[in-house]
Formats: sequence, C-alpha cells, structure tokens
Amino acid sequence: MAFVEIHGVCKSFGSGRDKRDVLSDATLSIERGEFVSIVGMMGCGKSTFLKIAGGLIAPDRGRVDIDGMQVRGVQPNAAIVFQNYSLLPWFSALENVRLAVGAAFPEWSRDRQREQASRHLEAVGLGKALSRRPSQLSGGMRQRVAIARAFATEPEILFLDEPFGALDALTRESLQQELARLSSAAERPVTTLMITNSVEEALLLSDRVVPMTRGAHPLGHPVRVDLRRPRTAAELMHDDHAAHVRAHVVASLTRDLKPTVKRQVA
Amino acid sequence: MKRAANFLLPFVGVVLALIVWAAASSLVPDLPSPLKTWDESKIYILKPLEKRGEMDQGIALLAYYSLMRVARGYLLGMAIAVPLGFMLGMSKTLTRTFDPIMQVLRPISPLAWLPLGLILFRKSEPAALFAIAVCSMWPTVINTMAGVRAIPQDYWNVAKVLRLSRITTFTKIVVPATLPYMFTGFRLSLGIAWLVIVASEMLTGTPGVGGFLWQEYNSLIYAHILLAILTIGVVGFVLDRLMGLLERRLALGHQAVG
Repeated sequence: MAFVEIHGVCKSFGSGRDKRDVLSDATLSIERGEFVSIVGMMGCGKSTFLKIAGGLIAPDRGRVDIDGMQVRGVQPNAAIVFQNYSLLPWFSALENVRLAVGAAFPEWSRDRQREQASRHLEAVGLGKALSRRPSQLSGGMRQRVAIARAFATEPEILFLDEPFGALDALTRESLQQELARLSSAAERPVTTLMITNSVEEALLLSDRVVPMTRGAHPLGHPVRVDLRRPRTAAELMHDDHAAHVRAHVVASLTRDLKPTVKRQVA
Repeated sequence: MKRAANFLLPFVGVVLALIVWAAASSLVPDLPSPLKTWDESKIYILKPLEKRGEMDQGIALLAYYSLMRVARGYLLGMAIAVPLGFMLGMSKTLTRTFDPIMQVLRPISPLAWLPLGLILFRKSEPAALFAIAVCSMWPTVINTMAGVRAIPQDYWNVAKVLRLSRITTFTKIVVPATLPYMFTGFRLSLGIAWLVIVASEMLTGTPGVGGFLWQEYNSLIYAHILLAILTIGVVGFVLDRLMGLLERRLALGHQAVG
C-alpha cells in the first residue's frame, strides 16, 4: 500500500439544478518521499482534489488514506501552501512562522520555536526580514514565508496548491529552484503533492507528473520523470527524456480540448 | 500658508457663531448674550476646582463627576458588549435567536431606560450606570459582530491548516482581525454614553454637568445653562478626539458600521 492512497473520490457543489460535479472518481497513489505534480487546466477540479487530499474538505464518496489511516481533517504531519500566501498581517514574518511551529510542537519552549522559525526563514533567504510585516514584503517574499512556514513544522507530507501562480515569471522561477532545493534537502524525504498549470514547473520539481482533465476519472496515467533531483531549468531544456515526458503530458492534456477551427493535425 | 488656513478658518467659524449668538440674544430677551454669559460664568471657569456647595462647584469638578459616572457605566457596557458581539459574530444561530430583540432594544432612548433603572435599583446612581450601559452598548455589539463576520476566509484557512486550538484561533486571529471594528464601536458607544449621563443627571438631579444644567434652569440663571451646554460639547469633543488618538496609536484603520 502506498503512503498516500486517494481512491474513487467524488465531489459536487451546489444542489438541484445548480449542482456541479467537480470530481468524479479521482484516484491516485503516492509513494513515501515522492514528489508528484498534477498538471491540469483551470476548472478541472485540481484545487478541490488537493483540498480533499489535504483534509480541508470531505469528499462525497471515496476515501483518502495516509499511512494506512483514513484522513479526517488536516493531518498533524501535513503542511499546506496556498496560492495566496495566507499570512496574518498583524504578525511579523518570524511570528507567522513561529505560530505554525508552536501549533506543531507545543511542548517546545518559545525560544526553541523562535529559533526553528528563524532558521527556516533564513533557509529561504529571508534572514534579514524576520521582523517585517507581510505588508512590508513583496509577493515573492510573502510566498517564501509561506513556504518557510510549511517546512518549519517538519511535515511528512506537503500539499501545494499552485503555490507560484500569483507571482511574476521571474520570481516564479527563482522560487521553483528554492522549492526544488528545499524538498531534496530535507532530512526526512517529504512526500509532496503539488498542483500546477505549468508543465515546465511539474517537470522541474517532480518524480511523477499526472495530467488531469475534466470529467470522470480525471487523473490520467502518471508519467515518471527519471532525472536526478534537484534539477535546473537548463538541464531540462536539453534533455531528451524530459522532452519526451513533456510531449506526453501535453498530449494527454490537449486530448480533452475540442479544436474550434477544424485543422489537419500533422 | 496651509498652516495659517488650518488655524484661521476654524477661528473664523467660531467668531461667526459668536455673532449669531449675540444677534439671537438681542432678539430673545431670556437668552443671555455671549458677554453676559461670560460675566456670570467666569467664576466657574476661572475657579474650576472650587467647591462652594453641592451644585455650586467649579466646572472642572462638575465635569469630573459626570466623567466618573460615564467611565463606570461605559466600562460596564463594554464588558457586556464585547463578548456579546463576539458570540453573535461567530454563531449564526445566536444571531437569529436574538436579532429581533436587539433591533427592538436599540432605538430605546436613555430617558426611557432611566425609570426602569430606578425601579430595578432604587437609587439614582446605579440607575444611571444601568442606563449608560444599556444605551451605549449597541454600536460596540454591532460593530464587533460585523468585524467577526468580515474576517476573510483566508484567515480561517490558516487556523485550519495550522491546526490551531480554538483559544489560539480566537486570540491570534479573531481578536486582532476584529480590533479595528471594535474600536469604531467603542468610539460611537462613548459618544452615546456621554449623552446618556447628561440626560440621566438632569432627570435625577445628581451633581455633575447635567445636574448643574437642570438646577440652573430651575433657578432661572440662564447664563449657566449656556455654560453647561458648552462644557458638554467640549468634553464630548475631547473624549472623541482621545479615542481617535488611541485608535491611531494602535494603528487601526476605520471600518464603520452604523
């Protein structure tokens, strides 16, 4: 049995005529220590899927098991990073991270919690910005705080919901490298599930890439990325295997699209 | 240039008001002119801390008595309003249960609560405190409630994701997020509390600015009525400004609800 087993998950919102079937029989397995990315277009239900996997919402049908036990609510050994930072504006960066550490390790002394928080903030390059409030930080810095907050709790599983979606392209690239470094450097391998709409991002960071489309059985066949982690964007550009994976994922995703203009496909 | 305008324009406003007052007093025989008012009142202002009789005291002493009563009634009102505001904000069920009652109690004037207070507590002091508390609490209840309801889903997500205990969620998320709204409520409530104390002193004849006003009216010394009115206005203004200063000190924004 894999570390994370998501089986037959269904979720609808609304009722009666307004009912929307967002997920229909979604299934995925993740091995311990694996970094899995789900790539899909907007509206295919990936955010909902992640929230169910993370324990924030309950599925209508199906189940999520982590380490053999059924998930009910957010797991103590899990951390979640959202697209929109979700930092508390009245606390400094340090205090925001310390709050998370305090909740994860209540038996630690305040000083130890603070030390853990500042160490992780330094690891994402924010050592000089510890006492700054979120309003005094750029978008990229805020997301770094969110990532530091996630790693500071020493999670066994990490869920990332389009973590860099709100950032500009350059900041996005730099944070991708940061995340790649952090997730391969952790003492214990962190099992990670990330959703993204960027195939490149998925290729850069993951062990397996899963295409997601709309409709029943939305999760397609996962493709393995057989390259050493952490990778650089440069490596990926010239690697044949990466090109093959990229082509496969894009093909799985575009199979879902109906062309608006009839063209001959080469 | 701007500095001069900031000082000059209000000054001109005050002068104009004095002119209107003087004009009105020449038309209405009972209304004292500004000069006459100053003449008959200056002893209260120039000797603000002198006590010559129960109702014949310096203006600072009278204001002090009123303020002390306001402080007690206001704090009592806030002690009830804040928890009530939080409870109503966090529970839709409670709101639905008590909303009709609240809407009926809200518009009741202090002058109507006072007799009830006298029946309940017999003495005028506790009755006044009761009236202040019950009248001034509503803006704080409503604004605190609005503050809790306005907490963005993002912050609730933080509590869920970090698995914060209910107490931590309350102290570290709900309270800081609601604070600006609470302070708007505090400010409005303070204004009402000051209003109520004057009314209740007038009705019960207790020493203070309101009591002094009513007594002087009954003694036909109209200049003192005007003195009392001006004092009430100035003190109310100062209270509001102090509250605003406190708000700014705590770096809170302005988000007002009725």
